[in-house]
Amino acid sequence: MSALETARDRFVAEHRAFAAARAGEPAWLAGHRRDALAAFAARGLPSTREEEWRYTSLAPLAALPFALAEPAPLDRAILEELATPLFACSLYAFANGRARPELSSAPGLPGGARCDSLAALLGDGASPVEARLDHYVDIKAHPFAALNSAFASDGAVVRAPRGVAIEQPLHLVFASVTGDRPQVTHPRVVIVAAAGSRVTIVQDHVSVGDGPGFTNAVTEVHVGTGAHVHWVLLQREHDAHFHVSNLQVRQERDSSFSAHTLTLGGRLVRNDAGLLLAGEGAECQLDGLFIGGGTSVLDNHTEVDHAVPHGTSRELYKGVLGGAARGVFRGRVIVRPDAQKTSASQSNANLLLGARAEVDTKPQLEIYADDVKCSHGATIGRLDEDALFYLRSRGLSAERARDLLTRGFALEVLERLPGRALSEGLDDAVVACLRRAQREEEAP
Amino acid sequence: MAKPMLELVNVHATAGGAEILKGLDLAIRPGEVHAMMGPNGSGKSTLANVLAGRPSVEVTKGEVRFEGRDLTLLSAEERAREGIFLAFQYPVEIPGVANMYFLKAALNAVRRHRGEDELDAMDFLALAREKTKLVEMDEKLMQRSVNEGFSGGEKKRNEILQMAILEPKLAVLDETDSGLDIDALRIVANGVNALRSPERSMLVITHYQRLLDYIVPDVVHVLAGGRIVKTGGKELAFELEEKGYGWVEGAAAG
Repeated sequence: MSALETARDRFVAEHRAFAAARAGEPAWLAGHRRDALAAFAARGLPSTREEEWRYTSLAPLAALPFALAEPAPLDRAILEELATPLFACSLYAFANGRARPELSSAPGLPGGARCDSLAALLGDGASPVEARLDHYVDIKAHPFAALNSAFASDGAVVRAPRGVAIEQPLHLVFASVTGDRPQVTHPRVVIVAAAGSRVTIVQDHVSVGDGPGFTNAVTEVHVGTGAHVHWVLLQREHDAHFHVSNLQVRQERDSSFSAHTLTLGGRLVRNDAGLLLAGEGAECQLDGLFIGGGTSVLDNHTEVDHAVPHGTSRELYKGVLGGAARGVFRGRVIVRPDAQKTSASQSNANLLLGARAEVDTKPQLEIYADDVKCSHGATIGRLDEDALFYLRSRGLSAERARDLLTRGFALEVLERLPGRALSEGLDDAVVACLRRAQREEEAP
Repeated sequence: MAKPMLELVNVHATAGGAEILKGLDLAIRPGEVHAMMGPNGSGKSTLANVLAGRPSVEVTKGEVRFEGRDLTLLSAEERAREGIFLAFQYPVEIPGVANMYFLKAALNAVRRHRGEDELDAMDFLALAREKTKLVEMDEKLMQRSVNEGFSGGEKKRNEILQMAILEPKLAVLDETDSGLDIDALRIVANGVNALRSPERSMLVITHYQRLLDYIVPDVVHVLAGGRIVKTGGKELAFELEEKGYGWVEGAAAG
């Protein structure tokens, strides 16, 4: 039996104990979990023989016997230190996958808007419609999303009613409080923005402690007619952490959505993002910045589906890779036969700092309509020696010069974050991360 | 006579594996402005890079002394902090690094080295305002990324602005006139002339005599085949303009 199969069976076996302990759950939820587990078991952990996983081996993940994370204490001081750069937000805390309302500092939301814990909603007997599980994610196509659905028990459900604008970003902090034992969490985030509403959500994953951990997150978003949703995913767990995330979005007419994925840590990170532009005149922006050193593997897969006319999509991903790190970008833009007057652009730029760093990039346009404006491109480069010399010739140290150039490269993505407070608040973390990636290159 | 600030003795240097400088001698005293003229490929830019410490240019033989110290032992940034400044022939575009931020970082690196206090944002802004006037530069360019999207003239003015802010002891101007129209040339030259002082030396590298109408040198050298083949007063530049480089290249071969 292969290591991938062994790992699959371990997750399946653990689910038996998990389900047995939740005998009181409503029948629909138990059934939903069973189906999800079956979908996961049928697919198993994908091997590199599968096209979608060609560059990303799951062997290191399969090698660790991950068990569901136990509840763990989370110190308020530590949480506040982690959250400080984003202090302007309402804070919702989760520790090892469980909502911790006593650590949260969220003022009331306007106009009946809500941010509830999924566990609380399910505990109150929420209906399948209210919980909105797997409305937009295809668990047959995404085995890790299926695994998340099988175990999903907590997370955040954000609801913005019709016409309500939530001005302050909602900051969801998911802390992996690790110990000696390899542990996994399956956080779930659901965002439902009704017609004409507006909301910004920062989904922030952090580590407390440096023990082995795995985050397997799923986020589903419905952007109603004319609604505006900004979503920021921060992956800043420690450099040995595993993270798989899946974002699935459905956009209605004249809606606007932006996703900004910042990967600042992790040994193996795989992000899938799928956006369906289902209503005419919808606009989306899909940005990513992934920075890694050592032997980390940072893999981003995106898919934007223009199903109807007059849609706009803008995509910019940038990677900075030191040491022997590996980056993957695969972006697919589909323009369906009916989707005339679509405007789509897609770009992936990569900066290799490490002699052994690598990136595999594949921007992809599939156009079935004839009156569209589409562009795509990818670049891979190294630090410009002339630029380094120029900066040094003005008295800046080689280290400072490299800091400035790498930050300059990353800045374009940072500046596109929703709100100056976020761009500025994350600047230091990005610079520190760039330095780490650089340093790992300099080590023998 | 004062001791030379910069002294090169029998300097040989390679760039890209080829020997470009083949026994160059040069001495510049404090306050002197020397012009280095020469045809394409004579080694003018290699000389500039030898002085500024570009890693891809290697001194294989001879001595390069600045204020009595062996310059080849210093990195590019150490030379800058000691007071050597190179105005680039092709200033580099640096996306994502604001001009103002870069200049402040550079000045403070130099000031720290001199044991002076760093300037804060307010003091630096005042200094930058004053110096941008000197080179007639639009202040808006200070907020933009370094040289990104600048015109040729704006890039060269930005070089002179950097020089005015860093106040080097030795300024090396590498073909600062190339690509400039007559107005831009006048502005750049005015900026340079304003920085002339008894303590500051300059090496003005150029292909054309034209620049020397504006920046009048004390000494003119002609470089050909990696060696100085002729040295004279400012009238040498006119002679060269009249007779062409063939005149001295013949001398180099002979």
